[in-house]
Amino acid sequence: MNHLGLIIKREYLTKVKNKSFLIMTVLSPLIMIALIAVVAYLSQLNNNKQRTVSILDESSFVQDVFKSTENTTYNMLSGISLEDAIAQVKDKEEYGLLHISKGDNSSEKYNLNTKFYSEDSPSLTFISSLESKLEKKLENLKLLSAGVDLDMIEASRTDVDIAQESFSGETSSKMGNIMKLAFGGVAGYLLFMFIIIYGNMIMRSVIEEKTSRIIEIIISSVKPVQLMLGKIIGTSLAGITQFVIWVILGGVAMTIISAIFGIDMTQLQTPQQEMVQQAMSDPDANAKMQMVFSEFASLPIANLLIMFVLFFIGGYLLYSSLYAAIGAAVDNETDTQQFMLPILMPLILAVYVGVFTVIEDPHGTVSTVFSFIPFTSPVVMLMRIPFGVPIWQQLVSLLLLIGTFTFTVWFASKIYRVGILMYGKKPTYKELFKWLKY
Amino acid sequence: MKDLLIADSVSKKFGNFTALNNVSIAVPEGSIFGLLGPNGAGKTTLIRIINQITMPDNGSVTLDGDPLQAHHIRDIGYLPEERGLYKSMKVGEQCVYLAQLKGLSHAEAKKRLKYWFERLEIGDWWNKKIQELSKGMAQKIQFVVTVLHKPKLLIFDEPFSGFDPINANLIKDEILRLREEGATVIFSTHRMESVEELCDQIALLNLSKKILDGKLVDIKREYKTNTYEVGLNSDNKVSLQQELEQKFQVSPANFRTVGDELKLNIKLNGDDSPNELLSYLTNKAQVSHFVELIPSANDIFIQAVKRN
Repeated sequence: MNHLGLIIKREYLTKVKNKSFLIMTVLSPLIMIALIAVVAYLSQLNNNKQRTVSILDESSFVQDVFKSTENTTYNMLSGISLEDAIAQVKDKEEYGLLHISKGDNSSEKYNLNTKFYSEDSPSLTFISSLESKLEKKLENLKLLSAGVDLDMIEASRTDVDIAQESFSGETSSKMGNIMKLAFGGVAGYLLFMFIIIYGNMIMRSVIEEKTSRIIEIIISSVKPVQLMLGKIIGTSLAGITQFVIWVILGGVAMTIISAIFGIDMTQLQTPQQEMVQQAMSDPDANAKMQMVFSEFASLPIANLLIMFVLFFIGGYLLYSSLYAAIGAAVDNETDTQQFMLPILMPLILAVYVGVFTVIEDPHGTVSTVFSFIPFTSPVVMLMRIPFGVPIWQQLVSLLLLIGTFTFTVWFASKIYRVGILMYGKKPTYKELFKWLKY
Repeated sequence: MKDLLIADSVSKKFGNFTALNNVSIAVPEGSIFGLLGPNGAGKTTLIRIINQITMPDNGSVTLDGDPLQAHHIRDIGYLPEERGLYKSMKVGEQCVYLAQLKGLSHAEAKKRLKYWFERLEIGDWWNKKIQELSKGMAQKIQFVVTVLHKPKLLIFDEPFSGFDPINANLIKDEILRLREEGATVIFSTHRMESVEELCDQIALLNLSKKILDGKLVDIKREYKTNTYEVGLNSDNKVSLQQELEQKFQVSPANFRTVGDELKLNIKLNGDDSPNELLSYLTNKAQVSHFVELIPSANDIFIQAVKRN
């Protein structure tokens, strides 16, 4: 077996057999899911909470607005003073009291003063739901008093969805754009996380070889470049293994938990989602769902997948070789800080450009430029591709990436070769530069 | 005898620092070659060049007549001064891995390891992790890993540091046995007593230059000063010493005896023979001790470095 294969095998096996790796791999999805389950359970609990709210309406305009629901009981008061009402609500330990009185300005009939009295400060969402109920009612009253036919207004409501088509005939829509964003965002973010987690793992494993002083024994048998590449590839394979296990475990555990606890993960009851659900019950919703699927199908899936793999590998190798070089240059992890910054900066920049610029203008100057710069291109290009990037641009960017990646591997292996045999003092950038000439 | 390894005017600079300046050595096949020198003399750099870890700026190294190439790593076994093993890996697995890197097959590596583990009585360590072993124990493993692939050339950099005397002796005997079996050994150390015991040839480096090399016996012959250590029993030691001081170069000597004789180092002039000195002395006093002073490797080392 050749050396590279042996090194990859060893790196992979020691990573995978490591106890903390096993624990991390098994536990983190479980912890994540337990966390989601707890949040879901709690928010359900919260929403199921029974509230009784008393309403003292002195205006009598809005009596019919408050209809008791499963969770909220409205208790209409009348004929008592505000002080008595407050005392009564307090006595019964109700959630609160909504006091509605006519405004001072008598010229405007529907101008109301409202105030909510409660023991603790009331839930923000609850107050906004009260507000929107009142607003809608008062609007209608005002319209009616102005002689407007409400049915006409209802009938004249229109929903505009601008269809989009490029000059070359590709159609798209807002929904499609959101899908594209999600796709690119997930791909870019995945790469970002992968680089940070497994880049660090490579760096630590290089430092371990240095501190355990086995390095000189190893490199009297293999070339430092081989050792470095073996480490990078072996660690990545371990990382991919971990990811795959996570996906599988996550899926299985998700199913089991939702079956056992009967918590519907897709319906975490938040007010926003309630609104979404309402929208879904619209007759239009089905059509919209179909549109989502058709948009999904119209994404350049093959292009996306191939480029995802290529840019992922290129970007990952580019950064991980730098991580390996850092590991070689220092003696222990605390010394890595000063060298980490220049690596993290372009990476974070890439994510920012991806999030802020690509969304706004996927083919604008900034997005395009950053999708060519090799240190940011993997993330930014992955985010751009769903919006349709000409093949020549993808290829040029990929070639630049491969070129730079070859250079950084060379550069890293130079530093690596010298660094792994240097002990003691922490090197400066100037010294690192000198090492290139050794 | 054929030279197995020849380094010819090898130079190496690190930035402005010259680590090796035109150093040439020739290591005869089947010999134990001592590479000596104070700290920072360039020994380790030379060894790393031989191991192809560092590339020389100038000069060439040939092994068995061929310029060094990648495949030569299989012919060399190297025990570095800075040495360690993967802490969390099991001993057996680790040894097999390192042997495979040297080109042995998995099965062959295992077979040879069993042999060596039994030989050094460490068979029950196979499934232990390095972090459970003591430093001396780990060194034994490193020694095994170094010699396992039966290299033609063995390079030991400070092999005895960290060993207790018993294990140091064990390793020394193993090195001698490997030489018997035909291996050539390069041996870098500060410990001069081991040089006396083991080395056939030495090269002395100082300040990145080679200042001395050759067979140890030849060098000793060259460095001896025709001085004799004598012990004399006489009734009047003071007058005897005065008499001798007029005739020879005399200095007080220090060696252990059971009596209280006069102890002197007597240096002869170039053409005087020791027999003449001895017969002169036997006329004057009772001679209890008469030994030619041969400089130790340590003396030669210190003298050569100072002279340089």
